[in-house]
Amino acid sequence: MSTKHTLSVLVENKPGVLARISALFSRRGFNIDSLAVGPTENDAVSRMTVVVDVDLLPLEQVTKQLNKLVEVLKVVELDPLASVNSQVVLVKVRADASNRSGILETGQMFKAKIVDATSEAIVLQAVGNADKLNSMLEILEPHGIKELVQSGVVAIGRGPRSITDRSRH
Amino acid sequence: MARRTEGHTVTDTSSSAPSPAAMARRPGNARPTPEQVTGAKSLVLALEHVGAEVVFGIPGGAILPAYDPLMDSTAVRHILVRHEQGAGHAAEGYASATGKVGVCMATSGPGATNLVTAIADAHMDSVPMVAITGQVASSSIGTDAFQEADIRGITMPITKHNYLVTDAAQIPRVIAEAFHIASTGRPGPVLVDIAKDALQATTTFAWPPQIDLPGYHPVTRPHAKQIREAVRLMAASRQPVLYVGGGVIRAGAHAELLRLAEITGIPVVTTLMARGAFPDGHPLHLGMPGMHGSVAAVTGLQRSDLLITLGARFDDRVTGQLSSFAPGARIIHADIDPAEISKNRAADVPIVGDAKAIISELITTIEAGVGDAADVNPHTYDAWAATTKGWAQEFPVGYTAPSDDALMPQQVIERIGAIAGPEAVYAAGVGQHQMWAAQFIGYERPNSWLNSGGAGTMGYSVPAAMGAKVGEPDRVVWAIDGDGCFQMTNQELATCVINDIPIKVAIINNSSLGMVRQWQSLFYNERYSNTDLHTSVGSRIPDFVKLAEAYGCVGLRCERPEDLDATIEQAMAINDRPVVIDFVVERDAMVWPMVPAGVSNDAIQTARDAAPVWDREESEAEEQDTDADHDGK
Ligand SMILES: Cc1ncc(C[n+]2csc(CCOP(=O)(O)OP(=O)(O)O)c2C)c(N)n1
Ligand SMILES: [Mg+2]
Repeated sequence: MSTKHTLSVLVENKPGVLARISALFSRRGFNIDSLAVGPTENDAVSRMTVVVDVDLLPLEQVTKQLNKLVEVLKVVELDPLASVNSQVVLVKVRADASNRSGILETGQMFKAKIVDATSEAIVLQAVGNADKLNSMLEILEPHGIKELVQSGVVAIGRGPRSITDRSRH
Repeated sequence: MARRTEGHTVTDTSSSAPSPAAMARRPGNARPTPEQVTGAKSLVLALEHVGAEVVFGIPGGAILPAYDPLMDSTAVRHILVRHEQGAGHAAEGYASATGKVGVCMATSGPGATNLVTAIADAHMDSVPMVAITGQVASSSIGTDAFQEADIRGITMPITKHNYLVTDAAQIPRVIAEAFHIASTGRPGPVLVDIAKDALQATTTFAWPPQIDLPGYHPVTRPHAKQIREAVRLMAASRQPVLYVGGGVIRAGAHAELLRLAEITGIPVVTTLMARGAFPDGHPLHLGMPGMHGSVAAVTGLQRSDLLITLGARFDDRVTGQLSSFAPGARIIHADIDPAEISKNRAADVPIVGDAKAIISELITTIEAGVGDAADVNPHTYDAWAATTKGWAQEFPVGYTAPSDDALMPQQVIERIGAIAGPEAVYAAGVGQHQMWAAQFIGYERPNSWLNSGGAGTMGYSVPAAMGAKVGEPDRVVWAIDGDGCFQMTNQELATCVINDIPIKVAIINNSSLGMVRQWQSLFYNERYSNTDLHTSVGSRIPDFVKLAEAYGCVGLRCERPEDLDATIEQAMAINDRPVVIDFVVERDAMVWPMVPAGVSNDAIQTARDAAPVWDREESEAEEQDTDADHDGK
């Protein structure tokens, strides 16, 4: 059983909110796997996607503690089966004539884009869920990964309903 | 997944005063034409409109603009303290004695950081408080400017909410919100940090401001289904206990609690934060549970089959080792803060809401007497109530007088309580004297017992007593302090003398950091590392009587039991200035009963190596294996 949970947190778009939330996680001893923040369709609201690594009981605490923050509008745990999630990875791989085509092939397989290329390295940009990206990185590993940067996970529920509907009242 | 219940109206939790939000909405307060004012003036007007009567504080560079219009305010009294920690605890004492929001003010940097201890204290004990700090000018924020400290960042984990205001136009709204947040839901401290340029800027003041808190909706009305479930468990229970915490006091639910106890006949325990929520003289009262709780209260919880938990939070000082706490009990947990429910102990019936509303609903359901409710009456719990009462009579909290004629600290505190009576207010420091003050004074009304329960802040007593006396000038206010604690904040005696705040301070002088010394006696082979204060044994540094006199207080000293009552009465007769009494007491006295930290509450000791000797018949009747410990060894 995975203990990873994805929380969508709608917050007021105000300075200091991110600090407040990350401070809460560290103070209560909750481990964050990934955190992504950005604007939403509503100017007054930002949305955070937080992936936490906790058991169910502590998860309930996280959620309740988040809800206590005055600037938090709504906390929703996304059901992995009823949601899609995605992150971006940029990876700079050592590439010369001998291995370049192998790298390109791998990139194609994972629908990655070549965003930069020189005689010594290629930068691939791939989008997808963590499993897919990890498989790609594993295959690229033997070529020599010079640099790697990943975004936090963003996630959204499937279907027509929106969690933002009733966040302001 | 916790979901916030939507659509509930926010109501004030304090019984007497209207909520700041209500005040803000009150049409009489509306000013038809917005005034042109400075940000500073806007702050003072906002404080006036929100109903703040007193501000405890110290000026300095960044907050200086606010002090100018404050000088002209007739509605808001500013009391100049001697240390910002004193301002914070005074605001707490004021709030805890009156149920209103306490206000403190400080300048940026060190002024603000000096407030931190008191803010943390208010956060732990859910005290409604608003702290206002000056901040360096907004253009200098982040540059390590003179007296810059990121007080908003520093206080994030110890406030219910906090603000940094850099735009003068926001001041009225932020002040209205701060008071609203501090006093509603689970009360707590809110800090408002205002940049100096915002205080100096010209702005318009209009009242009431538009409160904009889309994410703040404390649930106050309990769910009817949960109330029915609670009553069902109560009907099925034969050994229930009302486990009452400070939430009942903050909610002003004492009258409802008394009624609930009386219609059900269920025994009551009151935690350190709840002393006074239920009359000590009531036959159903088993006393205080926890590390230094009474045998009846601790054992009542341990052997209960149902804890009806009202505004309490299963603190480790109450539960002892959590895994062995009340092992046979099901749990009804009522609290305004959903995050407290099932945090430490899983609840069978969680009830989110205001304690006053919850207890009222329980009463209504029980009094209707339909279905399960018909069984919830004193007859159902007869045997249990008699058993617990038997424990209370058999194992009262007491102390043994020494053979010589030393003055016993417990006796001093007991006599102060007896002479000053239940109408007085008692504010304790932290340590042995605090526990004795919780044990040996009879509390009959809420808000008569003030202490630092969650944080255990030495230095709380004198400034908290000062704040309480400002809020309740007609009551006698006693600080029950330790010789150690007193030396942390006694400078506020100057504030008391100058501002005509005649508190009474009892220093329980055992010449040591007594509580720490007790642990050294019990757990560190009587190796007294750094706990001797030299305040009476060998030397008097300082001489508390001279110190009191230097401040312009009356200083008294009492060293013999035969002088005790006369000294207390002498202090009671002085009302024109503060009185400080140096009670020179036996230093080896210990706080009993005691459950050592981290062990099961079943291991309660009534004195060193002495467990309660249980009545034989009764211990045989009990099937709990923990009885082995209770066999009188
Ligand atoms: C600010 C602070 N520092 C240290 C402690 C640890 N501490 C708890 S009780 C105590 C001794 C208090 O001494 P005193 O005021 O003389 O009270 P007594 O126990 O002797 O009655 C100490 C040092 C504390 N609670 N708070
Ligand atoms: Mg002492």
